[in-house]
Amino acid sequence: MPEDKEQASKEGDLRPYRVYAIEYGTVIDHIPHGKALKALEVLGLTTKTTEHIMTVGMNLESKKHGHKDVVKIEGKELTDKEVNKLAMLAPTATINIIRNHSVFKKMTVEVPKEIVGILRCSNPNCITNHLTTPTKFVSIKKHPLTIKCWYCERAMVGDEIQF
Amino acid sequence: MTHQSFANSDIISIQDFSRDDILYILEIAKRMEQKPHPELLHGKVLATLFFEPSTRTRLSFETAMLQLGGKVIGFSDQKNTSTSKGESLPDTIRIVTGYSDVIAIRHPLEGSARIAAEMSIKPVINAGDGANQHPTQTFLDLYTIMKYKGKLTDLHIGFLGDLKYGRTVHSLVSALAHFKCKMYFIAPESLRMPRVQLEELREKGISFVEVTQLHDVSKELDILYATRIQQERFADPVEYQKVRGIYKLDKSMLTHVKKDLKILHPLPRVDEINPELDSSENAVYFEQAYNGVPIRQALLALILNAIT
Repeated sequence: MPEDKEQASKEGDLRPYRVYAIEYGTVIDHIPHGKALKALEVLGLTTKTTEHIMTVGMNLESKKHGHKDVVKIEGKELTDKEVNKLAMLAPTATINIIRNHSVFKKMTVEVPKEIVGILRCSNPNCITNHLTTPTKFVSIKKHPLTIKCWYCERAMVGDEIQF
Repeated sequence: MTHQSFANSDIISIQDFSRDDILYILEIAKRMEQKPHPELLHGKVLATLFFEPSTRTRLSFETAMLQLGGKVIGFSDQKNTSTSKGESLPDTIRIVTGYSDVIAIRHPLEGSARIAAEMSIKPVINAGDGANQHPTQTFLDLYTIMKYKGKLTDLHIGFLGDLKYGRTVHSLVSALAHFKCKMYFIAPESLRMPRVQLEELREKGISFVEVTQLHDVSKELDILYATRIQQERFADPVEYQKVRGIYKLDKSMLTHVKKDLKILHPLPRVDEINPELDSSENAVYFEQAYNGVPIRQALLALILNAIT
């Protein structure tokens, strides 16, 4: 039984789904709680021109992580580059691509060894903040996620990782 | 010893070198110092692109090249270059690669040397990129330690002063992590070694201690690597005033140390070492600066494939 349905049944079926199902699009599940809005921002989906309907569930119960956030994006399938971006913010997230109300593809995010052109270096004195060349980082540790700028060699962890 | 081949290599970060690489470079530097090679780089041109001032580094690069029979072009002041007209660093590098066989670059922005190396078809040597790396300084520091102690392993090495912003300290600590030395970090609370680097030492099983007073550890040390508290790295002048002049080495400290302690300093010094120490056998910082020449000769000869 899906987690949100299971939770609803515990509460007397007052709300069959905390976050309703979609026909086409992407469900990002197991986002660390409190980071759903940041996830949408990182994906560039919080601008006024966004055409997609998005549903955000925050602070839901999670068997694995205690609490989690969930985001559903209607009519959009995430690209590999977008999945890589999410990995930096939400390494525990799972991504379901939905077609015809069914899970067409399920993915877990994975931090790539090299992260090119996605992040900004948090070091204001890094050359990449003064040129238009793409940034490049290498991941040096998964838990907690620690990355290092290929150019200025600054190691970044947690909130130091900037999009 | 299984070291990498250095022909046409860039010298950007000490992190790119293994223990064997380091030992091999020091061995070549020793050969360079023992026997002059006045024609070794005849016909080769070194470009020194110094976008910020430097005395020892630039002059020792130039001396190294000239003593090996090569030629030098370049600049020591960004104001006299096309970058003052808005030319980008990558464009400057593309132009200079046509004029030279090897480039030594100093630039105030961190990561600039790595970018330059990616743009250049000729080898690039990092002569200091902001607060990040200065690998040839690290090699000459290691060479100095090797010269005076005959080894790099199992030494007790103290680092004093600005350990937060001091790139020479960060790079030397990384290099010494290959050699199982015990490290002593002596700094005020606000200038402690970066947490990430201490974590790396822990993971490698390197023994270290952190103290605020030199006196607490001075008896243990074989090497004391003193550094200047760098005013230019402080965003807040009040913070600088709090730590300015916090450590002052003078002859009185020699009564509490091993007889053969060697004191190193990357120079320039301000007031952290009293000149009265200069004449003592413990002070080797001027010889250390001289060691930049054989080290840079070794690197130039290796990357220009003139020696194996």
